[in-house]
Amino acid sequence: MKIALFVTCVNDTLFPDTGKAVVALLERLGHRVAFPPAQTCCGQMHLNTGYPGEAVKLVEAFTGAFEDCDAVVAPSGSCAAMVREWHARLAARSGRERLAERAAALAPRVHELSELLVDVLGVTDVGASFPHRVAYHPTCHSLRMLKLGDKPLRLLREVRGLDLVDLPDAAECCGFGGTFALKNADVSAAMCADKVAAVKSTGAEVLCAADNSCLMHIGGALGRQRSGVRVAHLAEILASTS
Amino acid sequence: MTMPTYVGMPAFPKAARAAVADTRLRGNLAHATGTIRARRAAAVAELDDWAELRAAGKAIKDHTLAHLAHYLELLEERVTAAGGTVHWARDAAEANAIVTRLVRATGETEVVKVKSMATQETGLNEALAEAGITAHETDLAELIVQLGDDRPSHILVPAIHKNRAEIRALFRARMPSAPDDLTDDPAALAEAARRHLRAKFLSAKVAVSGANFAIADTGTVLVVESEGNGRMCLTLPDTLITVMGIEKLLPTARDLEVFLQLLPRSSTAERMNPYTSAWTGVTPGDGPQAFHLVLLDNGRTATHADPVGRQALRCIRCSACLNVCPVYARAGGHAYGSPYPGPIGAILSPQIRGIGSEVDASLPFASSLCGACYEVCPVAIDIPEVLVHLRARAPKRPAERAAMGAAGWALNSAARLAAAQALAGRGRRFARHARVPRAWTDTRDVPVPPAESFRAWWRRTRDGS
Ligand code: SF4
Repeated sequence: MKIALFVTCVNDTLFPDTGKAVVALLERLGHRVAFPPAQTCCGQMHLNTGYPGEAVKLVEAFTGAFEDCDAVVAPSGSCAAMVREWHARLAARSGRERLAERAAALAPRVHELSELLVDVLGVTDVGASFPHRVAYHPTCHSLRMLKLGDKPLRLLREVRGLDLVDLPDAAECCGFGGTFALKNADVSAAMCADKVAAVKSTGAEVLCAADNSCLMHIGGALGRQRSGVRVAHLAEILASTS
Repeated sequence: MTMPTYVGMPAFPKAARAAVADTRLRGNLAHATGTIRARRAAAVAELDDWAELRAAGKAIKDHTLAHLAHYLELLEERVTAAGGTVHWARDAAEANAIVTRLVRATGETEVVKVKSMATQETGLNEALAEAGITAHETDLAELIVQLGDDRPSHILVPAIHKNRAEIRALFRARMPSAPDDLTDDPAALAEAARRHLRAKFLSAKVAVSGANFAIADTGTVLVVESEGNGRMCLTLPDTLITVMGIEKLLPTARDLEVFLQLLPRSSTAERMNPYTSAWTGVTPGDGPQAFHLVLLDNGRTATHADPVGRQALRCIRCSACLNVCPVYARAGGHAYGSPYPGPIGAILSPQIRGIGSEVDASLPFASSLCGACYEVCPVAIDIPEVLVHLRARAPKRPAERAAMGAAGWALNSAARLAAAQALAGRGRRFARHARVPRAWTDTRDVPVPPAESFRAWWRRTRDGS
């Protein structure tokens, strides 16, 4: 199957290894990966910071870049949720009826990585090996907007050597929230501190999630504390054959 | 007694900073919200038709709001026919003036009050005090707040920020009838409050209440509560004055089937409410012989005019959204600068008051948009959606506007994004000294930009494939 990768602007710019991992993983499973070069950003930061006018321009750019694709994968629960839950709604609210129709037609073909693997490709054992103790943080938009449920956990349970440990209060927000982390830095840091304590209580070596933005926030605090816990995107663990 | 007001409250992040550093407050809140959260989840899980009930609650409220004028007029007609008097208040000042005039007309200088969000919103107690009328709060937590010259910090548990030891000290200092050997045992504290309040109930001639629901086609008003203080206030005095937001309306008594299930399970995690008082106008020889219903607008009509924002008017004040909110649990209720704290306050206050003040402009941003509030809301208010909607209306700092405009410009073209990435990649040696805001670097390391973006890697290794 030919799958178009929406790498997301954050991964593209700061975490290219996650994009490379998606490519390696899907090719290992026998699929072809395309990278539509006109892609940029889903518009979430602009929408959530109060700039819907800028965001709708990015909806238009995204739709133009991907509407010819049969299946699109995004290694970010948050960006996939933005496309699926917001693009058509935002276009309609901005009076862009035609764009809303195009976005609504594209939305069901856009999948977060674990959705693509489990629901579309029907695979949970991706042939990975990752001999480490791992805790999984279900990021808010993956959990509550996309309703990924246990799909990422089912994938992780099949990874050779991986010791999956339960994260206490896993469903609690880590406190990132995009510009929330800057605008409400004290509350954000307090939320992060509790998430970090929960992670450390598990004895995990690696914290995994389906969103690098949340991992950048939690990982930034884990690193600052020299906690000895590192973070890894789900794609990187699933691509690993070490 | 000096009552604090909400005028001049600082922006949310500033007020929250103090709360985050208050270890006792953090402990009280984490414990209280954690307990009630687990109990709510269990109470909701008992019903296998919860999703249908929630959808019905939303639909009934939406229908009522769509025909609000019709149902309000019907309510006025039925209340009047049953011997009550209906008053219309455009704003807080009008509502307070009406209540003050009504109390004055009775010649009384004291009133007992059932906990009411609407009168907190209008600052009624302060207005009555100015007119020489003393209002006695009779809900235990509300009494604690009043005795401490404090502000409520939770819709359902207004004194959630106080623990037992603090309450004991407060009773000893401010409640003349409190025994010298008062302990911080909850039963002992409740008993002291009961004795203090009983005297007020027996002497009060006028009561002021809020309302949880009003039934348009019968003119019936309902108050649900847990302590029985409401029942006392609603039945013993000669005159009852009820102040109610215009959105509290339901078309028929049948609609209560839905709401009397949704509300107790969402708020106190009970299957049924301990005290549900309902009255229709005046009944000769039984209960108050004069009944006044003050219908309060105070920004609700303006809120109703916004197709996205109006869903906030479905709120039944259950407080489930507060109890699951990670921001509320750390910032506490006072930081929200209104009687409506937590997620519902963040979308309601800026709408009913307008985004004019510092705190109201900051409230739509007081959320990580985690969505836990929407998930538990019994009338399915999409709080994150309204927050995002209000963020667009909030005033922006010019520097932010410029930065977001520049980011939008760069992100709107793949070529411009690639150029920006190349620049970041070349400057990566300096990344540790880059001007990342201190708000980030205070507690977190900064990721170093990679030498090569994903798209550059793709072009170098894959292009043409
Ligand atoms: S917004 Fe919903 S959850 Fe929050 S208090 Fe109102 S009804 Fe309850």
